[in-house]
Amino acid sequence: MLNFNIDFTGEFFAFFLLAVCAIVGAVLAVNFTKVVHMALSLAFTFVSLAGLYVVLQAEFVAFVQVLLYVGAVTILMIFGIMMTKHQSEGQERGRPLLETLAAIGCLCLFGILFYAIRSAGFAKPDVPLPDNNTLSIGKLLYSTYAIPFELVSVLLTVAFIGAVALAKREEDQP
Amino acid sequence: MSMLASYLTLAAVLFCIGLYGVLTKRNAIIVLLSIELMLNAANLNLVAFSKYGVVPSLTGQVFSLFAMTLAAAEAAVGVAVLIALYRRRATVNVDEFDELRR
Repeated sequence: MLNFNIDFTGEFFAFFLLAVCAIVGAVLAVNFTKVVHMALSLAFTFVSLAGLYVVLQAEFVAFVQVLLYVGAVTILMIFGIMMTKHQSEGQERGRPLLETLAAIGCLCLFGILFYAIRSAGFAKPDVPLPDNNTLSIGKLLYSTYAIPFELVSVLLTVAFIGAVALAKREEDQP
Repeated sequence: MSMLASYLTLAAVLFCIGLYGVLTKRNAIIVLLSIELMLNAANLNLVAFSKYGVVPSLTGQVFSLFAMTLAAAEAAVGVAVLIALYRRRATVNVDEFDELRR
């Protein structure tokens, strides 16, 4: 079953390079001790994933990924890091049993997923994607997915107001 | 090994690393960032299937756009909750947020 008959095309090399970057960023993020280093290496992973989206002919999604994850989410997390104190960074260790159990569980989950991916038979695609990616996505968003699109805008407004209301300092309460 | 299987394997690796981070880290900001990593792995699956699926279409990319929007909203609300908790308890350690358990 484990026949790795890989055809070495340019796409495979691009995929391999970006995949190594993404995994290295994620592993470093889990292993760093300082919180800011973790956030920055996860930003590296997000940039590598944007590159993978470009390889997958999803240029608009790649652009949104850079704008939203690298631009917004990482910066928001760094704001969160700077507004809170992290004096207990050095004493993270001390729960070896929990970490071992979590690692075993994650490895088991990966094993199951890998087995499922290897044993699934994927059919070859028959038609290529349209060339003008952004134009097609815009047309889809404003015709087929108009109602979900508007609902997402409502949700963003609600989340924005909710975040402001939650983080606002309550003056009258002690 | 087709390209689709490679992308799915990469997404599985990223998802498992994110899950490990969620389960073991004590800092609430790192837990939120690990959740973002898991959401990104799911997005990678969606985009990979939109190119290499049986019927390639842009629907997968539209779904990944919606998922990214929801992830951004979740991150904003998560950081707001975190700052409100930090103001009350002066810590971001998720082990110490156990008022409901006591």
